[in-house]
Amino acid sequence: MPLTVDIRKTLRTAERQFTLDVSFTASAQRMVLFGPSGAGKSLTLQAIAGLLRPDEGQIVLHGDPLFDSTRGIDQKPQARRLAYLFQDYALFPHLNVRQNIGFGMHTGWLNPGRRFSHPQIDYWLDALDLKTVAGHHPAQLSGGQKQRVALARALVAQPRLLLLDEPFSALDHALRARMRQELSDLQTRLDIPMLLITHDPDDVAAFGDQVVQVYDGSVRENAPFAGYQRTVS
Amino acid sequence: MEQAWIPLMLSLKVAGWATALNIVFGVAAGFGLARWHSGARDLIDSLLTLPLVMPPTVLGYYLLVLLGRRGVFGAWLERFDIQLVFTWQGAVIASMVVAFPLVLKSARAAFESVDPQLERAARTLGISETAIFFRVTLPLASRGILAGALLAFARALGEFGATLMIAGNLPGRTQTLSVAVYAAVQAGDDSTANFLVLVTSVTCVVILVLAGRLVPQHSLMTSR
Repeated sequence: MPLTVDIRKTLRTAERQFTLDVSFTASAQRMVLFGPSGAGKSLTLQAIAGLLRPDEGQIVLHGDPLFDSTRGIDQKPQARRLAYLFQDYALFPHLNVRQNIGFGMHTGWLNPGRRFSHPQIDYWLDALDLKTVAGHHPAQLSGGQKQRVALARALVAQPRLLLLDEPFSALDHALRARMRQELSDLQTRLDIPMLLITHDPDDVAAFGDQVVQVYDGSVRENAPFAGYQRTVS
Repeated sequence: MEQAWIPLMLSLKVAGWATALNIVFGVAAGFGLARWHSGARDLIDSLLTLPLVMPPTVLGYYLLVLLGRRGVFGAWLERFDIQLVFTWQGAVIASMVVAFPLVLKSARAAFESVDPQLERAARTLGISETAIFFRVTLPLASRGILAGALLAFARALGEFGATLMIAGNLPGRTQTLSVAVYAAVQAGDDSTANFLVLVTSVTCVVILVLAGRLVPQHSLMTSR
């Protein structure tokens, strides 16, 4: 996955100042940004997706500059064609599963209808075992189903890169292992490059073909994962 | 019957127009205040909320100064042969101004309660900012806005002070229900007053019941 990220961003609140200084090049199809909460992993992911504007630097995907402060390039998130899986899934609560998955395929100022149909939507409903809940609203879904809907919604547009923000943290332990396997199989099948951020060493074991450690806003190393010291909380 | 029917219809027409206009302006202003991060935000919010605390007669006086024939805005409207004083359109403006803060407040709170993560998600899915407003933000805020609009409608229906100041008490033309009640009592016409009060009370109950049914069930379920 030819993704190069080299960005700096300073965030200030009344209490503290946080500086994000991240620089790495992803070479593997599966890459993990690993570090404790508050290290700046999510901010990095948001910057790649275009949801956060860095102060300076550049982000290049497949030779396409998504952001380049020296050349004044800052593609809108809408134009980047990346998929973003949010930690709490961010499913639209007022739309059913079918409408959620088809959300991005339907342009215009109105939402797709309750029975909005498209071969791609039906394919994903089938592939992720969501056919029986196609008419349900997110509030009626289990954790695993919510995640599958979020995945289907993200993948239906055939994005260039899949970004995942702590994808399994909202699931219980047993489900976590199963969804990890599902995502792994899916990634292998689609051969889509993915960048996952996590503080869970099990995620690193499953997806960390390449691991970048983030600590206190900066990338510490760009090397194979050497180990993880569990902190007692 | 006749003496209640005409003011009732006029009241509903005035309150309906005032509410429709308030939804448009209140939603726009509420969205602006919810999203605009500036020091002047609280000041503007306070200014727009003033009609809630000011006596309606004072508001009515302000409106007369602005919209009267020799008023700043009224003189300008005169050139297009538009007159607002002593018309039902003037009553609409009076009701609108008085009830506006109710829509504004609830719209702002509703927009602020929409999870910004959902808008970000829509952005990554390639949806334009305008479409995000209509497809995500507005539907998720709609329940709060609707609640505010109902309150505003009820407030507009009961408007008395500002309406009397700007639209007067012309039976059949600007005499709304609440003004008609006052007029009947002043004239010592107790039976008319009783009847009008009864009609007003029943109308309010009917509106409340209708309102409860109009709020769609699924929006109750999905409100956060």
